[in-house]
Amino acid sequence: MNDIAGRIETANREALGRMIAGDPVLVDVIPAAEAIPSLQDRMILHAGPPVDWERMCGPMRGAVAGIAVFEGWAPDLETANRMAGEGAFDFRPNHHFDAVGPMTGMTTISQPVMVVENRAFGNRAYCTINEGLGKVMRFGGNDAEVLDRLRWLRDGFGPAMGRALRSGEGIPLKPLVARGLTMGDEMHQRNVGCTGLMLRALSPAMAASAGDLDGLARALAFIGGNDQFFLNIAMAMGKAIMDPVRDIEASTIVTAMSRNGTEFGIRVSGTGDTWFTAPVEMPEGLYFPGFTEADANPDMGDSTIVETVGLGGFAMGAAPAVAGFVGAGTASEAANFTRSMAEITLGENPEWTIPAMDYRGVPSGIDIRLVVETGLAPTINTGIAHREPGIGQVGAGVVRAPLACFHQALRAFADRMGVS
Amino acid sequence: MSRVIVNRVRKGLYLDSVALMRFSRSIAGLAGVEEAALMMGTPANLGILVEAGLLDGAGEHAKGGDLVIAVRARDGDSADAAVAKAGELLDQPRLTRGETAAWRPRTLRAALNQVPEATLALISVPGDFAAAEARKAIRRGLDAMIFSDNVPLADEVALKREARDLGRLVMGPDCGTAIINGVPLAFANRVPSGAVGIIGASGTGIQEVSCLIARNGAGISHAIGVGGRDLSEAVGGISTLRALDMLARDPASERVVLISKPPAPEVSARVLEKLSGIGKPATVCFVGAPPMAMPANAVQAFTLREAALRSVGVSGETPPPALPPVPTIAPGRREIRGLFSGGTLCAEAQAVMLAGKIAVASNAPIPGAAPASTGAAESLLLDMGDDSYTRGRPHPMIDPEVRDDAVRQAMADPSVAVILADIVLGFGAHGDPAGHLARAVRAAGGAERALLIASVTGTEADPQIRSVQIAKLEEAGILVAPSNADAARWACEAVQR
Repeated sequence: MNDIAGRIETANREALGRMIAGDPVLVDVIPAAEAIPSLQDRMILHAGPPVDWERMCGPMRGAVAGIAVFEGWAPDLETANRMAGEGAFDFRPNHHFDAVGPMTGMTTISQPVMVVENRAFGNRAYCTINEGLGKVMRFGGNDAEVLDRLRWLRDGFGPAMGRALRSGEGIPLKPLVARGLTMGDEMHQRNVGCTGLMLRALSPAMAASAGDLDGLARALAFIGGNDQFFLNIAMAMGKAIMDPVRDIEASTIVTAMSRNGTEFGIRVSGTGDTWFTAPVEMPEGLYFPGFTEADANPDMGDSTIVETVGLGGFAMGAAPAVAGFVGAGTASEAANFTRSMAEITLGENPEWTIPAMDYRGVPSGIDIRLVVETGLAPTINTGIAHREPGIGQVGAGVVRAPLACFHQALRAFADRMGVS
Repeated sequence: MSRVIVNRVRKGLYLDSVALMRFSRSIAGLAGVEEAALMMGTPANLGILVEAGLLDGAGEHAKGGDLVIAVRARDGDSADAAVAKAGELLDQPRLTRGETAAWRPRTLRAALNQVPEATLALISVPGDFAAAEARKAIRRGLDAMIFSDNVPLADEVALKREARDLGRLVMGPDCGTAIINGVPLAFANRVPSGAVGIIGASGTGIQEVSCLIARNGAGISHAIGVGGRDLSEAVGGISTLRALDMLARDPASERVVLISKPPAPEVSARVLEKLSGIGKPATVCFVGAPPMAMPANAVQAFTLREAALRSVGVSGETPPPALPPVPTIAPGRREIRGLFSGGTLCAEAQAVMLAGKIAVASNAPIPGAAPASTGAAESLLLDMGDDSYTRGRPHPMIDPEVRDDAVRQAMADPSVAVILADIVLGFGAHGDPAGHLARAVRAAGGAERALLIASVTGTEADPQIRSVQIAKLEEAGILVAPSNADAARWACEAVQR
C-alpha cells in the first residue's frame, strides 16, 4: 500500500516536473495537412472525446456542414448535412492528432494551423486561428461571412503569419503568458493582454515579410480587433505542454480535459489514452441581448486544455472580472476560485504567478485523487454557443467538470495499480 | 401600444464586458423593459445589438471606445427610467459594497499551505472517515485531536500505533475537550494559565477539574484529552503514555492530573509506571476505582473535586460544605434521581453515593453500581449524553431539551426525594443551560415536590458566566452546590437525614 503511494508520488513529481519544464514556442503557421500528415481528405477533427454524427450537438453539426462546404466536399450546407448523415466524413477527436480546437473545434486539411513546439521535449501541437467574435464557426456559425473569413485566414492571414514566424526564432510563450497574468488575463475568457503582447511581437516581422500593405493592414487589424486572438495560441501551448506528461506509469495527473458538446472527457497520465466521459454540464453565465439559458448548448470545446495547465478557471484570481459570471463577482471571490483549485492540484507553477494573490503560482497538475476526495470539480471558464446550428455565440460563463469522469478514472487507475 | 427603442452613448467610458453583462441583466429585468444591453460600441457588439433589435440612430454611430446603453421597452416612460437607472449603475460601477469573500480551505493540505506553522489538526468529520483524516495529519507531522465519535476501535488502535511510531499525539476519538497552550478546543472553559497539566479520558471530567482548579486560584498549562477508550486493553493507553511524556518535558507543567474511568489492570500498571518516572507530583483520579497502590510521586483521588484540590495543594480531606437547611422530605420519598449531561459527572456522583452507602443504578454504572435495567437500586443516575438519548439528537450539553422529559417525570414521581442535575458551561455548550433547567422546573410546578440540587461546571470568564447561571437556578428554588461531588454528597445527606 505504502509502496503504491510512493510510486504515485514519484510519478506525479515527474509529471508536474515535466509540466513546469515545458518550453512552448510559437514557431509557424502551416496548412493542417502539412502539419498533421495522418489528417486525410474528408476527415474532420472535432473537439472533445470521440463523438459520431448521431450524438453530435446542434452547433457542432452546423460547424461540420460549414467546414464541408469550405473544403469543397459539399456544394451547400444541406448537402453537407445529408452527406454527414450518410457517413461521408470521418470524425476524429483533435486530441488524437496532436491538435486542439475551441468550441466545435473543426480542423480539416486546408485550414491553417498555428504550430507550438515544446522545445524541452521536442513535441509539437496545433490549433487553428481564432476567427474573432460574433458569428464564427467555432460556435456553430456557417454562413457566407463565416466561410469567407475562413478562406481569408487560409489564403491571406495564415501564410502571412507563418512567414513572419519563420523569419525569426519563434515566440517563446511561457514568459508571454506570465506577463499576461500580470495584465489581467487568465487565458480562457481574458486574452486581451496576451493578444496585445503577441501583436507587438509579431508585427515587425509581419511588416518586414508583408507582400502588400493592404493585406498587412488587414492582418494587423484582425489581431488587434480580436480580444480572444491569443486563446487558440494558449490552447496549442497547453496541448504542447501536456503531451509529454502523458503515459507516465502510476501518475494520477490529468493530461487533458475536453468536451464535444455532448460529453465531457478526461485523460489521465497513468491510464494511457483512455477517455473517461460523462454528460457535459450547462454553464452558469450571462447572455447576449435576445438570448437566455433556453438557447444555450451545453459545455463544448478543447479549450479546457488551458485549465489543464493551470490557467483559465484555475487562474481566475488574475482576472477578477471573469468571476462576475457567477456569484457577487468580487475580486476576493475570484481569488477563492484559484485557492479552491489549489485543493485539487499537486503544486503551483512558480513561473506563472498572480500579483494580486501575493504572486502565488497558478495551481497546476490536477490530481484525480484530490478531485474525488474533495468533491471539488475543476472550474472552467467558457463561451456559450447556441444549441441550434448556424447561430453562434450567445453568452459566456463558468462551468464545472462532471465529477463522474474523475470517479471513473480513479477506479480504472486503481484497477491498473492492482488496488481493489 | 408601440415599442420604444432608446440608445444613449457614453463617449470614452470603458467597463469590462462581464460587468456590463451583469448591468444588462438587471436593466432588462426592470418593469416595462423588453430587452436591454450595455455594450462597448465595437463593430461586433453593434452587430449583436442589431440582431437583438436594440440599436437606433444614436447607437449606430458609437465607436469601440464608447459605451452604448440600449433599451427596448413597452413605452417611453419605461425606456427613460431604464436608461436613467443604467446611468446610475455606470456612475457607481462597483459590483458590491466591498464585502470580501472569506476563504475556508477544504483540505488539510490547503489549510497547511495557509498556516504552515500549525502543529495540531482538529478533526470533526463522520466517524468512518475520521481515522483517515487523522492519519494524514500525523503523517504531515501534526498532532491530531479527533472530535468525531463512532470511530471503529480497530481504526483507533491502528492510528494510535502509527502515531506512537511517528512520535505524534492523537487526542480522541470522541475527544470533546482540550486546552492546549491556553487555547480551548471544542467543549472547554475559559480557565487561567497555570502550573497544572491535565490528561483526561473524559471531556466533562477535564472540564470539572480545570474549573475547580481555576476557582481555587490556580490555573492549567494544558488539558490533553485522550478519548474514552485510550486506557482500554485494546488501545493500551498509547495516547496517555505519550501525553505523560509531553507533560514531563513541558516546563510550564509543574504538576500533573490524570483522569479516567478505571483502566484495564495491565494498562493501569503501565500508566502508573510511566507516571512514576516523570519526576513531577501527580494526582490520579480513576473515577469509581478502589484504592490502588500509587507511585511515590502520586496520590489517588476518588472524586474530581478531590483531584482538583490535591493538584493545587489543598488537602483532599478538606471537609465539604455542609448541606444548607432544606425543607423536610416527605417520608415516602427515598429515591435520588440524577439527570446528567456529563458522563464523568454521572460517574463521580455514583462514586460519592456508593461511598455514602447508597445503592445506585445507572445506565453507565461504575464498579459497584447496578445496571439501570435491573431495578435493583432505588436511586438512579442517568448519563443523558449516552448514545441511547442522543441518537439523531444533539448532546444535552448543546441542547438541554433532551433532559426536559426526564425532569418532568422525576418531578411528578412521588418516590423521588432528590433530583440531581449538572450544568456544564463553556465554549460549545448551550448559551443558557441554567435558564433552560429553571424553566423546565417551573413548568413542571407542583407545591409538594422533590428537592432539586445542581452544580455548575464553569467559570466567571465563560460565555454563560457562572454566577449568572447560579442565580437563575437559585431563583427557581434549586440548591446549587460548589461542585458536582458536593451536590452528590448533599443529596446523600438529604435522604439519609
